[in-house]
Amino acid sequence: MNASKGLTPEKVLANAQTLRWEVGSDFHEKLMESLYSDAAQIAEKAVHKPGEKARFDLDRTIDKLVTSRLWGFPIMLLLFTLVFWITISGANIPSGWLASLLLDTVHPWLKGLAASIGVPWWLDGFLIDGVYLATAWVVSVMLPPMAIFFPLFTLLEDFGYLPRMAFNLDKVFKKSGAHGKQALSMMMGFGCNAAGVIATRIIDSPRERLIAMITNNFALCNGRWPTQILVATIFIGGLVPAHLAGLISATAVVGVAILGVLFTFLVSWALSKTVLRGEVSTFSLELPPYRPPRILQTLYTSMIDRTIYVLWRAVVFAAPAGAVIWLSANIQIGGVSIAEHLINFLNPVGVLIGLNGVILLAYVVAIPANEIVIPTVLMLTVLVSGMSGVGSGTGVMFELESQGATKAILDAGGWTLLTGVNLMLFSLVHNPCSTTIYTIYKESGSLKWTTIAALLPLGMGFALTFLVAQVWRLLS
Amino acid sequence: MDEVKELKVQPSAEACATCPVHNAANLLKLGVNMQDWDFVVALAGNPNTGKSTIFNALTGLRQHTGNWPGKTVTRAEGGFEYGDHRYKLVDLPGTYSLLATSLDEEVARDFILFGQPDVTVVMADATRLERNLNLVLQVLEITDRVVVCLNLMDEAKRHGLEVDERRLARELGVPVVPTVARYGEGMKELLAAIADVAIGKTVNKPHRLRSTPPELKEKVAELTAQIEVLHPNLPNARWVALRLLDGDERIAEALRKGELGDLTRTAGEAAQQSVGVRLEATT
Repeated sequence: MNASKGLTPEKVLANAQTLRWEVGSDFHEKLMESLYSDAAQIAEKAVHKPGEKARFDLDRTIDKLVTSRLWGFPIMLLLFTLVFWITISGANIPSGWLASLLLDTVHPWLKGLAASIGVPWWLDGFLIDGVYLATAWVVSVMLPPMAIFFPLFTLLEDFGYLPRMAFNLDKVFKKSGAHGKQALSMMMGFGCNAAGVIATRIIDSPRERLIAMITNNFALCNGRWPTQILVATIFIGGLVPAHLAGLISATAVVGVAILGVLFTFLVSWALSKTVLRGEVSTFSLELPPYRPPRILQTLYTSMIDRTIYVLWRAVVFAAPAGAVIWLSANIQIGGVSIAEHLINFLNPVGVLIGLNGVILLAYVVAIPANEIVIPTVLMLTVLVSGMSGVGSGTGVMFELESQGATKAILDAGGWTLLTGVNLMLFSLVHNPCSTTIYTIYKESGSLKWTTIAALLPLGMGFALTFLVAQVWRLLS
Repeated sequence: MDEVKELKVQPSAEACATCPVHNAANLLKLGVNMQDWDFVVALAGNPNTGKSTIFNALTGLRQHTGNWPGKTVTRAEGGFEYGDHRYKLVDLPGTYSLLATSLDEEVARDFILFGQPDVTVVMADATRLERNLNLVLQVLEITDRVVVCLNLMDEAKRHGLEVDERRLARELGVPVVPTVARYGEGMKELLAAIADVAIGKTVNKPHRLRSTPPELKEKVAELTAQIEVLHPNLPNARWVALRLLDGDERIAEALRKGELGDLTRTAGEAAQQSVGVRLEATT
C-alpha cells in the first residue's frame, strides 16, 4: 500500500506505457482474439442450428485455408493467375471478330459512303480515320478482355473472397504503418483508381487516409490491364513455345500486379516513416459468410457497373484523342508533322529510360485515360517508322489482325524486349489519370497532397525504368 | 408465444397486480417529452438489429434512424413512463465494436462510459449471435447494468436456428429478453427487465473476458490494481486497464483529467449532454 500511496494519474499512465511495451504490439490482436473466442464459445452453447451444420463448417474450413499463414498468399496468386490466364487466352478470338466487323467491314463502308456523298478529305479523315477508328480500336481491343476479366473478378467478390484477401494483407499494411482497411481501398483500385480513392473514406484517420490515397495508384487499374495483357502477350509470351505463351504472359501480368502491391507497401512505409508519421489504428474486419455466386446477376452487374462503364469512359476519351492524333499527324510545321516534332523532342529522354519518344508522347496524350495508350503508341509508331502496307494513311489508327502484326510494327519502331518490359513497368508506375487526380483533390482538399500523389509515382516511374534500362544495357 | 402469455395474464389480472409483466400495460409513451426523468436508458447494438424499431415502440416516436456512418440522422432521444418511473431513452449509433476507432464507435462508447446510463440495452441479432456477442461482451466490460435484447427471433426461427435465451442469460450474467420488435413481441418482458435493472431489483454478474492469454493476465491485473487505487468506486477498472494497454488516448486523457473517477449524477448528466451534442453533430 505504501508504494501506491503517492499514485497519481500521471504515474499510472507512465506505468501503463511501460507495460504497453512489455505486452507487445500484438496486444490488440490478442485482445480481439479473446473477445472472439469468448463470443464463439457462448454462441455455440446458446445456439443450435439443426439443418445448417454442414454449411457452417464448410465456411470455416474454407476460411482456415484461404486465410492461413502458409496457404493464404499462394492461393491468392494462384487464383489471380488463373483469372488472367482465362482472360488472356479467351480474349483473342472475340477480339478478332470485333476487329473484322468494326474495322474491316464498317470502316471501308463508312469511307465508301463518305466518298459517294462527296465529303472533303480532311473532314473524312478527321471523323472516320480519326474519331471512328480510335473508338472502334478501343472497343475491339478492350471489350473482350474486360467482358471476361470483370465477371470473373465480380464472381470472386460475390463469393466473399475479397474480404479474405484484405484479411491476409492487413498484417503487412500495419507493418507498413498504414491502415488495414487500405487493403480494401486497394482492391477497389484494381478496378478503378478513382473509385479506390473514394473508397478510402472508410479510413477514419486522416494520416492513414492520405497514405491510402497516394498509394492507390499502384493498384493496377482496368485502364492499364489491357496494356499489360497485350505487351505481356507480345513480348513475354513470345519468348516461350506457343503452348506455354498464355500461362507465361498471365504470370508476367500477375508479377507486375504484385510489384504494384509491393510498391504500395514500400511507399506507405516510406510515407509513414517521413512526412506522414503517426500511430497505426486498428479495426475489426467482418468476414461475411460465403455465398454461392449468383452467376447471372454477376454477369449482369459486372457488365453494367464495370465493363460498360469503363468502355464508355475509354470511348469518350479515345474519340477526341483519335481526332487530336489525326490532326497532329497531318498538320505540318516546316515539312514535318507536329507529332513527329514532339516525338523527336521526347525521344532522347525516352531512350534513356529504355522507352522511346512515341511511348512518352502516348502517355501525355493518355493523361485523361490510360486506356488509349496502346492504340496511340501503334499509330504514332507507324507514323515515325514510315512503314508502308499497314494502316490506311497518315495518322490513321488501324486494325491488327494478329499479335504478329502488332509485333512487326513495334519491331519496325525499334522495340526490344527491354522496351516491352519497361512499358509494363512504366504503365504500373506513372501519374494517375486526370480523373483520379481530380478525385484525390476533391477528397483530400489539398493541392499539396494532390501534387505529391501525381508527381511521386511519375518520378518513381522514371527512376525505375532508368535503372532497369542501365542494368539491362550493362548486362547485354 | 406472446399471445399465449397474454391470455394467461389477462383473466387473472387482479392477482398479478404487482407482477412486472402486468405493469407493462402501464407503458406511457412520452415522445420527445423527457422532463424529470428518473432513469436514462441507452440503446446500443450492431447496425440493423432493430434498435430504432424498439426505440419507436417505446417512445411512440417515428424516428428514421439509419445510423450508418456518413448518413444523417435526427436527434435520437425520447421518453417513456413505465411503472412509477419516467425514463429517457437514447438511441446510439449502430456499431460493431466499442474500440472507438471511428467517430460513431467513439460516440457510442463515450455515452456508455462517461454518460453512465442507468441501463444499457444491447440489441443482438439472433440470426448472427456470435458476431453480435462481440459488442455485448465489450459493453459488459464497461458496465454491468445491461439488458440484452435478443431481437429478430422470427428470422432466426425461419433460418432453423434455436437460440436458448436462458442459457445465454446464464453465460452472460445479465437478463436476456427474446423479442420480435417489428411485431411488438417481447416488449413487456423487455420493459420489465429494464425496470428491474434500473431500480436495482436485478443485480447482474456480467461475464468478463476469460480467454485472456496468461502472460497478459498479470500485467492487466497490475494496472487494474493501480487504477482501483486512484478510483476505488470505478466499476470497470479492468476495462480501463485494457484500454490503456491498447494505447487508447481518449481513456488516457480521461484518467489524467479525473473524468473516470467522477461518478456523481451531475457528471453523468454533463457527459450525456456533451456526447448528445456530438451525436447530433456527427451522425
